[in-house]
Amino acid sequence: MTPPRAQLPKSPTGIQGLDEITGGGLPTGRPTLVCGSAGCGKTLLAMEFLVRGATQYHEPGVFMTFEETGEELTANVASLGFDLDDLIAHGQLALDFVFIERSEIEETGEFDLEGLFIRLGYAIDTIGAKRVVLDTVESLFAGLPNPIILRAELRRLFRWLKDKGVTAIITGERGDGQLTRQGLEEYVSDCVIVLDHRVSNLICTRRLRVVKYRGSTHGTNEYPFLIDEDGISVLPITSLGLQQVVSTEQVSTGIPRLDAMLSGAGYYRGSSILVSGTAGTGKSSLAGHFAVAACQRGERVLYFAFEESASQIMRNLRSIGIDLEPWVRQGLLQFEATRPTFVGLEMHLTTMHKQIAGFHPGIVIVDPLNSFINADNEAEVKAMLMRLMDFLKMRQITGFFTSLTSDASQLDHTDAAVSSLIDTWLLLLAIDAGSERNRALSILKSRGMAHSNQTREFLITAQGIELRDVYTGPGGVLTGSAREAQAAAEKATRLGAQQEIERTQRLLERRRTALDAQIAALRAEFDAQEIETLAQIEREQARAGQLALERVDMAWSRRADAPEDTGGQP
Amino acid sequence: MTTPPTTPESPPVGAEPDTWTLRLYVAGQTPKSLLAFANLKRICEEHLAGRYHIEVIDLMQHPQLARGDQILAIPTLVRCLPAPVRKIIGDLSNTERVLVGLDLRSRVESKPS
Repeated sequence: MTPPRAQLPKSPTGIQGLDEITGGGLPTGRPTLVCGSAGCGKTLLAMEFLVRGATQYHEPGVFMTFEETGEELTANVASLGFDLDDLIAHGQLALDFVFIERSEIEETGEFDLEGLFIRLGYAIDTIGAKRVVLDTVESLFAGLPNPIILRAELRRLFRWLKDKGVTAIITGERGDGQLTRQGLEEYVSDCVIVLDHRVSNLICTRRLRVVKYRGSTHGTNEYPFLIDEDGISVLPITSLGLQQVVSTEQVSTGIPRLDAMLSGAGYYRGSSILVSGTAGTGKSSLAGHFAVAACQRGERVLYFAFEESASQIMRNLRSIGIDLEPWVRQGLLQFEATRPTFVGLEMHLTTMHKQIAGFHPGIVIVDPLNSFINADNEAEVKAMLMRLMDFLKMRQITGFFTSLTSDASQLDHTDAAVSSLIDTWLLLLAIDAGSERNRALSILKSRGMAHSNQTREFLITAQGIELRDVYTGPGGVLTGSAREAQAAAEKATRLGAQQEIERTQRLLERRRTALDAQIAALRAEFDAQEIETLAQIEREQARAGQLALERVDMAWSRRADAPEDTGGQP
Repeated sequence: MTTPPTTPESPPVGAEPDTWTLRLYVAGQTPKSLLAFANLKRICEEHLAGRYHIEVIDLMQHPQLARGDQILAIPTLVRCLPAPVRKIIGDLSNTERVLVGLDLRSRVESKPS
């Protein structure tokens, strides 16, 4: 993100995200002011800076506390896995609790804070510290008289810290109209970080902002941050540009006929998919199909559920033949179920980032998106979702979001107004016709592919979602019983035609048979006649022969001449 | 500093009401330090003649002592004995306040002055 120019030397904080915002860390050898109201995490940020410095960057640190004793501090940060005693024992960290009790101190003239300098200097030199934290140095103003001297001394202290070459964090309590009560920002002018926690709609969100960073570019926005068992994590979400590399690989939706509608192969990898529809149209079922298909390919799936618990989702999907449990057991599928109202939007986003970064999923399912929306935070939700989608795209993670549409008359409008961010948008409709509610699916858009424009009815069966064949009637696509009726009618027509053909064929056959029979009869008749005729001829010949013989005999008896022609006459 | 330093471990015991143990923390021989010492010496001579004991600690030489005694400001005068411990910061040029701080004069008494 930063141009490859000569940069101010920076000391990485080791705090997730903060180094990205600041382009590498805090300015090396200079003091940084971290200010904010009570309980916003100043001390923790400072402590993490030291602990990470000691453990990750081999830079020992001195923590000078004006508010808590070393024991209290050690106990407080132990829950974050920071073992201060161990670090102290290894000479990586020095804790110095500066105790000032106003009532014990009487001012009797000119003084300076050389004692503090000596103390700090001694601590720094003892462990060879590179990092120093003063938490909260403004307590001096409460503990010591004469603010004029204090101001001058603080100015000198910051100068002295610079001369020492230590990277310092100075914390300050937020004051009225200025960043700190005593206007420390006037003295510490190299880098100022403001922490804040705000409550909106009963939900608290912590934010961090780099107000100023002299000599360096930095992220200027307010970034939400999170304090959890791993310490602080800041997420520089809006620093992302539109530079993501897109994939042309397509991944199956888990429903072959839906794949066919999406130019034959399914969603693009790394794209954002939105499934919107009214209640009960099968959004989660589609998500389930997609999840299983991904798991079967061996991809990891992270399922953020905001309305149902993991076991409830698994039970419901099992009823339609989608068994997610084996995948959960194999570790390919992970559920993260939380209530949207549990924490603020930013916190959700931060948590999601953390989980995504930890799980490395290929696919992220958010079910549903619009549960984040309440009264009037639409713009914020949109911003948050945009950041989430950007984040996913950046990592080539396919995002699958469901959105509940409350008003059936505005189907192509999402509550979260994220439609412009979506690459593939499936619309699930409940078609109310013929006193039935039937489900239908259409692809509202799918960027970068030739997709089907057909509205398809689908059924949720015991084997999952099944897309039905299309039957269009006079009023459009027929669904449910109407489709069944149309299918039956078409089948009847088809059957009728088939029967007609068969009948004609049979008739022809019969005719042929009849003709053949006729031919056979005629032939038989002819044969009979032939035999008869031949027999007659034979008889006639026999008779003629007999006649001739008789005539010869007669002639013989009459003694007639010319016996030569005997036999010559029939 | 010219005063022979006495080890902090050996305060005059049993002489609590009479002997005062005072410790002055300085950082090098700065004008402020010298002034503070001179002022202290003067006040003690005036009010605690013969029953005080001053120990001067130069933090430049013993920086580790700053932490143990919670020293921030320089110069700081600590009244170790008699109890309770009291701290007075500054160059001790405001005698009234030093006396109040050392409980040599009650606060009520010092108010009008």
